[in-house]
Amino acid sequence: MTAPSERLGRIYQQEAGRCIATMVRVLGDLDAAEDAVADAFAVAAKRWPVEGFPANPGGWITTTARNKAIDRHRREAKRHDRYQELHHLEQGDVATAANLGELDVVDDDQLRLIFLCCHPALGPDAQVALTLRLLGGLETSEIARAFLVPEATMAQRIVRAKRKIRDNHVAYRVPEADELPTRLVPVLGTVYLMFSEGHTATAGPDLMRPELTTEAIRLGRLLAGLLPDEHEIIGLLALMLLTESRRPARLSDTGELITLSNQNRGLWDATRIAEGHRLVRACLRHNRPGKYQIQAAIAAVHADAATAEDTDWSQIVALYDQLLAVLPQDIVALNRAIAVAELSGPAAGLEALTGLALERYHLFHATRGEFLARLGRVDDAQVALSRAIELADNEAEVCHLTTRLSHIAQMA
Amino acid sequence: MATYALTVFQDEVRSPMPAPEDIPEVMAKVGAHQEELKAAGVWVFFGALTAADSATVVQSVDGELSMTDGPYIEAREQIGGFTVIDVAGLDEALEWARKGSEACGWPIEVRPFMDGPPT
Repeated sequence: MTAPSERLGRIYQQEAGRCIATMVRVLGDLDAAEDAVADAFAVAAKRWPVEGFPANPGGWITTTARNKAIDRHRREAKRHDRYQELHHLEQGDVATAANLGELDVVDDDQLRLIFLCCHPALGPDAQVALTLRLLGGLETSEIARAFLVPEATMAQRIVRAKRKIRDNHVAYRVPEADELPTRLVPVLGTVYLMFSEGHTATAGPDLMRPELTTEAIRLGRLLAGLLPDEHEIIGLLALMLLTESRRPARLSDTGELITLSNQNRGLWDATRIAEGHRLVRACLRHNRPGKYQIQAAIAAVHADAATAEDTDWSQIVALYDQLLAVLPQDIVALNRAIAVAELSGPAAGLEALTGLALERYHLFHATRGEFLARLGRVDDAQVALSRAIELADNEAEVCHLTTRLSHIAQMA
Repeated sequence: MATYALTVFQDEVRSPMPAPEDIPEVMAKVGAHQEELKAAGVWVFFGALTAADSATVVQSVDGELSMTDGPYIEAREQIGGFTVIDVAGLDEALEWARKGSEACGWPIEVRPFMDGPPT
């Protein structure tokens, strides 16, 4: 039997986003929706442990939140503008509030909310922050911690984004089919940014932030369920599952980073790999590969190899060539160079690095250092590794690079 | 319905002024865009401004009048004109701005008016 507080916490994680999404539709305001859902959970925290948990907690919370919003409206209409706008609640629902059943929770509401949070008129930082706050139910302090910014900065970012949505009358709707291709780009970008930051944090003591990867995968599943014909969503979900499958093998018992080639593949999560494989196959069958599908295919090739030596590097290089065609970025070329070095040797890898404008990126220098070391150019390798250490901000990565540097120094 | 200002920013460095012989074509495109706004029933106002160096800044502080020659903000980017539209929401305003930018070739800032009684 789990403790009531724990059970309530889990329900909050699962339901808060859905309930907020529905309340935004009912109330037409983000802050009012958040307030109402918070009020409802406060009531639940008092009553559920005593009276028992309802069969449909989400419906209970949503209905209670709506009633709380009516209460608040009556109390605060004179003081706060935003509650004045909720007059339609009074006109329509109040009279029948007592005999209304549970409010419907419509999955489309979550889709509306994610397209609102990731509206292209908002900057990427604001999109991620709003999505975590409103759909993930994360506190501002948690989001601030995840992105290593002061809580006040994150709070201001969220307040500004909400104000922009309100001032601009951004519609609460799912984009039409002809808008979807452009509107999905920032949505998928936000989910993937959230995942990437959780997979390898930009800075700080921890390599990974599982709360971010978990939420990103949850949102990926939600999008895949609601828009099943969008192959890039399926590709992104597959990419995240296949990448996440390696999580148990990425850190040693003493907390050191273990790179892909040295990981104990027996620790990889076979269930996630199986699901990722199935999704990759399903979306690639349509033969319209976008950047997420191709990256998922690369992750699938890695997952297929029982040992690092078994990796089909020629297929990976071919997939990177395909990825470069749709995503012509130096960072993609860097990853391709790593595959080229595995297939054709470190000299070819080094050759593939020429001309990349990644002087400020630690992994560029780390990769160069590895190639140089394998070519026996130990002095050059040490210079490159030192530069990588200077530029890296994640402590687990710094520690890993420092160990590599000392190994290379011993080769001299 | 919500009201937005679509402000055209002219930036000599990023996109130079059209050549004199191209100006009639640009004006024709801008005119056609304005007609489209009117036909859609969303048009409220349009005005193009003369060059920024024709501006004068007037300020009255405690009854003391000061006047300076030239635009208030000394910047590379200056307002070239603006359109006011009344539409359902931001997405519609952004779409009109896209068409406007296509017509005139300049970036357009979309900014909502504050809610309130019409003045």
